[in-house]
Amino acid sequence: MTDLTRKTADELARSLASKEVSSVEVTQALVDRIGAVDGQIHAFLHVDAEGALATAADVDARRANGEQLSYLAGVPIAVKDVLATKGLPTTCGSKMLDGWIPPYDATVTAKIKAAGLPILGKTNMDEFAMGSSTEHSAYGPTHNPWDTTRIPGGSGGGSAAAVAAFEAPLAIGTDTGGSIRQPGALTGTVGVKPTYGGVSRYGLVAMASSLDQAGPVTRTVLDAALLHELIAGHDPMDSTSIPDAVPAVVAAARRADVKGLRIGIVKELGGEGFQPGVEARFNEAVELLTSAGAEVVEVSIPSLKYALGAYYLVMPSEASSNLAKFDAMRYGVRVPPAGVDDPSAEQVMASSRDAGFGDEVKRRIILGTYALSSGYYDAYYGSAQKVRTVLSRDFTAAFAGVDLLVSPTSPTTAYPLGDKLDDPLAMYLGDVATIPANLIGIPGLSLPVGLADEDDLPVGLQFLAPQKADDRLYNAAAALERLLEDKWGGTLLSRAPELEVAR
Amino acid sequence: MSEPVTGISRDDVVHLAGLARIDLSDAELDHLATELPAILEHVASVQEAAGDDVPAMSHPVPVDNVFREDVVRPSLAPEDALAAAPASDQQRFLVPKILGES
Amino acid sequence: MTTETLVPFDEALTRYDPVMGLEIHIELNTATKMFCGCPTEFGAEPNTQVCPVCLALPGALPVVNAKAVESAIRMGLALNCEIAEWCRFARKNYFYPDMPKNFQTSQYDEPIAFDGWVDVEVDGETFRIEIERAHMEDDTGKALHVGGSTGRIHGADFSLVDYNRAGIPLIEIVTRTIEVPPEKAPAVARAYVSYVRDLIGGLGVSDVRMDQGSLRADVNLSLKPKGSTVLGTRSETKNVNSFRSVERAVRFEISRHAGILDAGGKVVQETRHFQEDTGTTLPGREKSDADDYRYFPEPDLAPVSPSREWVEELRATLPEPPAVRRARLQADWGFSDLDMRDTIGAGALDLIVATVEAGTTPQAAKKWWLGEMARRANESGHDIDALGITPEQVAEIQGLIDAGRINDKLARSVFDGVIAGEGTAEEVVVARKLEVVSDDGALGAAVDRAIEGDPDAAQKIRGGNLGVAGALIGAVMKEMRGQADAGRVRELILEKLS
Ligand SMILES: [Mg+2]
Ligand SMILES: [Zn+2]
Repeated sequence: MTDLTRKTADELARSLASKEVSSVEVTQALVDRIGAVDGQIHAFLHVDAEGALATAADVDARRANGEQLSYLAGVPIAVKDVLATKGLPTTCGSKMLDGWIPPYDATVTAKIKAAGLPILGKTNMDEFAMGSSTEHSAYGPTHNPWDTTRIPGGSGGGSAAAVAAFEAPLAIGTDTGGSIRQPGALTGTVGVKPTYGGVSRYGLVAMASSLDQAGPVTRTVLDAALLHELIAGHDPMDSTSIPDAVPAVVAAARRADVKGLRIGIVKELGGEGFQPGVEARFNEAVELLTSAGAEVVEVSIPSLKYALGAYYLVMPSEASSNLAKFDAMRYGVRVPPAGVDDPSAEQVMASSRDAGFGDEVKRRIILGTYALSSGYYDAYYGSAQKVRTVLSRDFTAAFAGVDLLVSPTSPTTAYPLGDKLDDPLAMYLGDVATIPANLIGIPGLSLPVGLADEDDLPVGLQFLAPQKADDRLYNAAAALERLLEDKWGGTLLSRAPELEVAR
Repeated sequence: MSEPVTGISRDDVVHLAGLARIDLSDAELDHLATELPAILEHVASVQEAAGDDVPAMSHPVPVDNVFREDVVRPSLAPEDALAAAPASDQQRFLVPKILGES
Repeated sequence: MTTETLVPFDEALTRYDPVMGLEIHIELNTATKMFCGCPTEFGAEPNTQVCPVCLALPGALPVVNAKAVESAIRMGLALNCEIAEWCRFARKNYFYPDMPKNFQTSQYDEPIAFDGWVDVEVDGETFRIEIERAHMEDDTGKALHVGGSTGRIHGADFSLVDYNRAGIPLIEIVTRTIEVPPEKAPAVARAYVSYVRDLIGGLGVSDVRMDQGSLRADVNLSLKPKGSTVLGTRSETKNVNSFRSVERAVRFEISRHAGILDAGGKVVQETRHFQEDTGTTLPGREKSDADDYRYFPEPDLAPVSPSREWVEELRATLPEPPAVRRARLQADWGFSDLDMRDTIGAGALDLIVATVEAGTTPQAAKKWWLGEMARRANESGHDIDALGITPEQVAEIQGLIDAGRINDKLARSVFDGVIAGEGTAEEVVVARKLEVVSDDGALGAAVDRAIEGDPDAAQKIRGGNLGVAGALIGAVMKEMRGQADAGRVRELILEKLS
């Protein structure tokens, strides 16, 4: 019998539709796989085998009854722990929310449940999605399935690692500055940040409201498109949700044709700071696109040099305000100050926030508090918001000449756990290629394009498209994926080392 | 807090921690007092990126006038609203004594 | 706290000029909250009108109530404001346990309405109050302070918070500095709040009840020495729960500030709370640089850009402007200028309108509201609309007078009974046995006794001197303890002595 855990979501959907396999069988196989390997990976913070199997059984019964089901009905999924799941713990990787069980579902969660996808559990993440390595989880780091001594990227390292380690065919990630795409690159998986407003943020515990966006984490471009189509669409509960129709991403992924497309290489996202093995794989991939009929040109976006600075002002500013609600009054851990008799609410708030938040969260809250404070607002937050306008204008100009832009997703491959733990600036630099898309709301996709020669670790290529043109990403990425797999004679993940299986 | 850009003292960090309601330890204050200036120096270049004529962008995808009708939707059951409360009494959230008014 | 020396109001004004501004918060009467679909009913069981949005549960997002925006625009137009072509919400960041998000969703430098004015009248003189802005925001929850001796926040052991009110839409109306002759400041402040109450009440967008907190006025006041251009430090007085209190709060703060400044002291920038019982203010939260609200545009809400068509449509729904309405009512009722001024001054315009609508003549309605009710309001310290008697009840009582069943004097006793909750006017009349006696048998006997008791007067009346009939009528009324139909008594006397 074939290993169900290795199948793509599309393959599973077809097998389920033809009743070749049942959802219970698929779900059980994945639950078993999680039990066997997650001790080494720690992709999950919470596994809900019982709930997932119940959903699977229900879907199987409904299918047996001849009910018309969603295409992905019965295909299990993992959900990043930053999305509210009614009845399932939602901690955001923070001690602050230890044990919190939301009384409501995020819109993305509701769509998944309505479509009948068994939810395997909640995946690990940097605390409140603040970090690029998943080492800033209060519950311990996630390990990269390619080398368990290394980071899986972050903040959505849990979702990426779960998919890469065949613990789930599909996962939901969220991306504020690259948290879907960068872990995708570092684990050899596909990750997509949709256009801002394309997927509802209702129930996504906010880090930075104007940057956050949920999206698919998968092993193939088509799977990503299928999941994208499922979770996207207008939501009246999210005021920033786009009222337009969802771009035809699945059709685009099936089209997979770059002939005649104009693709721009972003000059500023390469060179210094980019690992040679990353650049080599990136350049080869671009050559493949050229060979398939795309016209590739170099594009310069000079304002990119301000993007990282703008991001590390806007994001902490919004985060400092968004995280103010965690004050131990209505929910969350309440930790009274030590040695204070009869403390006041103010004192309990301050001590609880000290005890409940980790270092990276506190650092960003303090930084954001500073950037918004009177006397500094114009210089920091205000200037950063202007950078977004300039950057947006520059990208609009660039997209006037090309259909898509490309760059490496991350300047480096996965680094060893602990390497940049005490050097936040070094960690922040790893986001240089992914953050521009968040600042200006455009969609981005990371596709694995090979292994770096120096460390045999995955490299990702990022496609960027104009707002609401998410379908362009899927078309081009699916084309490149096919070209690469033809060249490799299989998927990249099939070359990942086998994990030791616990019994 | 009247120092020029990137001049951020330990006292400033103490003040910011107060605004942010985080009871930071001395060690954390010391650490942030050296770390924040380095980060700020790195991001300060945003000040030279755009002139006064450039508008600030608060929303990356422009959408205006998003309203809902004034129609009642079900509220939470009070037991669900209070389920995660660290303490509650008489169907209310119990919080420590509130200062701020004296 | 040191004891403050108060300088008498008139004396204070010989040395200082008050600089005054007013902020009014108005709770809208929308069916749902500002950013979520929870109901807004007053007095519901605690925490039954809350949801992920207004409890600020992680992940929840706000969506603007269209009706609240509409109400804000109509209010702005009624206040003669410009309506913003484009504006945003902003977050006002500070921590407080009754505020779930730990920021208030408000508007900062882009209010929906700005640059307006209203004209208010005091003692026949008109004063223009300039409105700086009117903006939208959301209300906080309510904390119940438990333990300690006072039941107040100070000394409490803990607090119990109900978030039903959290997220109810508020409109905050902010004046510019109110430029009026210093001695008029307290009366103008009162007249302004009263005027805004009538104006907004007329729009139907709020219950505008000061006693229930749906209209809340804050008085910002500082003094500057006469001839100086340097502004003093201001205090912000909250908890002012009646029109009368607005006036008293302004007076008290002028006296208090003057006392501090005379002694060479410095006024503390702080929030103060008005004390209804003593007419004084007590210190609340001290404002410091900790009040750095770190305002920034609310990224979770879309900007609001009301089309000019919509604004004009809403303008067309506004009721008649108050000045026009007053002129019309004055003409309809045949009131003199002085009558009208007294009516406005007493805050009785709408009460008289309603009483007339209930079937009473304007003159009778005026008699009760400007006489009896104004006196009662003054004695009890309540606003005239908070006495516990409605225009309909006044009309019913006047109806009993018109039917000859009671007289004006007995009506006062009926008012007492109705206000005391003894039932309808009819029920009070019966229960208190207030109906006048017009039955000829009983009256005739009383008249006979009066004639017997005062033969001199009887003789004069027989001689055609009707001027002394009053003495006999008085005697009958005394015997009947006021419950006689005076007209019928007079007729009987004349009949018997003709
Ligand atoms: Mg306000
Ligand atoms: Zn609500």
